[in-house]
Amino acid sequence: MWKRFRTNIGAMVGVVLLIAVILIAIFAPLIFANTPWQMVQRPFLAPFAMESLPLGTDTLGRDVAAQLAYGARVSLLVGLVSTLVALLIGVPLGALAGFYGGYVDEGAMRFTEFFQTIPNFALAIVLVAIFEPTLASITLAIAIVSWPPVARLVRAEVMSVRKREFVDAATLAGLSKPRILVRQVLPNTVSPIIVMASLMVATAILLESSLSFLGLGDPNAMSWGYMIGAARTVIRSAWWLSFFPGIAIVITVLALNLIGEGLNDALNPHLSRKGKA
Amino acid sequence: MSNTLSIEHLTIGLPEGADRPFAVEDVSMAIEKGEILCVVGESGSGKSMTANALMGLLPPGVTVKAGRAMFEARDVLRLPESEKQALRGASIAMIFQEPMTALNPLMRIGDQIVEVFAAHDRYTQSERREKALALIREVQLPDPEKIIRAYPFQLSGGQRQRAMIAMALALEPKLLVADEPTTALDVTTQAQILKLILDLREKRGMAVMFITHDFGVVAEIADQVIVMRMGKVVERGSAAEVLENPQHDYTKRLLEAIPTGKLPAARQLSETPALEIKGLRKIYRTGGGLFKPVREVRAVDNVSLTVARGEVLGLVGESGSGKSTLGRTAVRLVTPDGGQVMVGGTDLAALSDEELRKQRHKVQMVFQDPYASLNPRQRIMGAITDGPITRGIPRKEAEARARELLEIVGLGADAASRFPHEFSGGQRQRIGIARALAMDPELIIADEAVSALDVSIQAQVLDLLRELREKLELSILFITHDLRVAAQLCDRIAVMQKGKLVEIGTVHDIFLNPQQDYTRKLLAAVPGADWDQQGAA
Repeated sequence: MWKRFRTNIGAMVGVVLLIAVILIAIFAPLIFANTPWQMVQRPFLAPFAMESLPLGTDTLGRDVAAQLAYGARVSLLVGLVSTLVALLIGVPLGALAGFYGGYVDEGAMRFTEFFQTIPNFALAIVLVAIFEPTLASITLAIAIVSWPPVARLVRAEVMSVRKREFVDAATLAGLSKPRILVRQVLPNTVSPIIVMASLMVATAILLESSLSFLGLGDPNAMSWGYMIGAARTVIRSAWWLSFFPGIAIVITVLALNLIGEGLNDALNPHLSRKGKA
Repeated sequence: MSNTLSIEHLTIGLPEGADRPFAVEDVSMAIEKGEILCVVGESGSGKSMTANALMGLLPPGVTVKAGRAMFEARDVLRLPESEKQALRGASIAMIFQEPMTALNPLMRIGDQIVEVFAAHDRYTQSERREKALALIREVQLPDPEKIIRAYPFQLSGGQRQRAMIAMALALEPKLLVADEPTTALDVTTQAQILKLILDLREKRGMAVMFITHDFGVVAEIADQVIVMRMGKVVERGSAAEVLENPQHDYTKRLLEAIPTGKLPAARQLSETPALEIKGLRKIYRTGGGLFKPVREVRAVDNVSLTVARGEVLGLVGESGSGKSTLGRTAVRLVTPDGGQVMVGGTDLAALSDEELRKQRHKVQMVFQDPYASLNPRQRIMGAITDGPITRGIPRKEAEARARELLEIVGLGADAASRFPHEFSGGQRQRIGIARALAMDPELIIADEAVSALDVSIQAQVLDLLRELREKLELSILFITHDLRVAAQLCDRIAVMQKGKLVEIGTVHDIFLNPQQDYTRKLLAAVPGADWDQQGAA
């Protein structure tokens, strides 16, 4: 599988980009002496005007490069944790629905639909507005709006695997139903879940950015969305304030999408689009 | 020369990393007008590749490396795509193995036939419809007016294959390529389709290239035979020559591997029953709503039978006869609506789920599909020991037993640490048997356990089962659609039709002196039946 993944140029580009972003996020305090909130120069310093501030300063004279680096921490953290939480909700629910069927399935799916009928973003805004906007509440809100597709995917996968003969064989071996679900069925559904999770991290980063852009971000955490939102009013006079965080979002989301696609092709070789590569 | 098609020195290359460099190597064959050429071989012999090359349907990465295929004085392998398209359907038509996937599920049968005319721009709309109707009549589909408006899912397998043939015949092709067209069908349906192809050949004088793995079918219809192995032709000749006097070792082995009509000597059976089924019933209900009556299918209708200890009882019937449901009910993967399944004094049908789980080991099953019956993410050791360990046998002991069983089924103990995908179909079936044996069952139910395998592999697995029967005093309920296989292994045979037990008796009684019409019909439909008898005599 790693072999197939490695030959996929797009995916490898994604991996390199993502590793770069992760390294910057981890080593942000070492690279930048100042916190992103500290004023270091006069405001509206253009990029490359001063060697020590390659990306210029913002409306309050804060280092844009430092802000970007610290923003990567927030974006990656929120993306990763919210995806994990969404998987924790979606996988068990979908697995139970798909495996037991009947009333369990009906109940779980109606519950899922309840969340699916509300537009994602609107629900996230409401949730963040109700709680205090902190990193934890934003992450939770994003997780709550993004688990339904996971539950549906896992349900469909489990339903198709459940009908395979090796599940009958396990039943005949006298294994209990929960054990069959966990040991026999679920391991055969991981590949699509991994693929979906990698793409969900990207969506979560976008959602977090959108929330911060609207001013619903954690006021104590520097994030890319917040930077763009704050620079909105000066977009004509100071383009770099919204341009660089925008590029950062594009690169990170693109990297995750490339990795997701690559994983998809590597894990499901039969479904990979033919003619390519 | 009156050859409709002559293939000369065809070589087809496989992409790098395949198990061999060429799918087909230096293959030559010729089909005369009105002749049926059977291309025989086991899976992976390159027989389907040859046909696909002819139709320009090679998968990506697979290319024609050398040779030519002359059809109407043109080399069809090197025609530009547009001319190939004009040729396909019009002059060369093809029918496939799986009639369900070869038809568009969302299009009415009539429309699909009309589309063939439309694609080649023949006739007006109303003429097309009339022609389609005539074709449906010609392939003897019942109630043509209704069939023309039916969707594929409303048709049975045999009817779908007839519809496919109607489409193939639409433009009166000179050559019909049939790729295992009867493999997915019941024996009686297969016999009908073979007869239909013979009739059409007679009436239209078209040449037929018939690809099959079944020498029984070859005996029924072939004029000329080509035997392929690993992409090479190993033997060719007229049907009579090849069948009666095979020259090549491989052909001989294939012919020997075929379950023949030769009946094994009857054995003395013990009196103690391993399985007693009494008045078993299972009804499937579908549909049912405000305006629709509930549809009831009596899958198993009041069936009683016993399997004695050490006996192999064959359960034969066509698809939909309820034989699989009976098997699944006996292991209680399906809970019956009535009746008893007595195994070693307990009625499996009456147990609660929890009690049942403790009694599961008594009856084990060997499944049909060797690729679906093993968990791809579990090592063989886990697959075999899961059951015994759940029963409370210490892990060490269970693992030792698993290794021993793997030796017994002829795989070697080191197979235990590998994953299923490292094994071939026949080997996987051996693993399935080892898994069933690991539970020390009183009875094994083999549901079409050899149907998915090539003949030579099939013969090996049957040998293994026969050996195990002797060695371990196994009782087996052997479910199959193939009477020839049943005759080889079983002591007694039970015939099922539409959920009912039609006839039950010793192999000799059923084969030599069948009491019921249905049994006689089944026996007559076995391909190559006459030839088998000659072979047996």
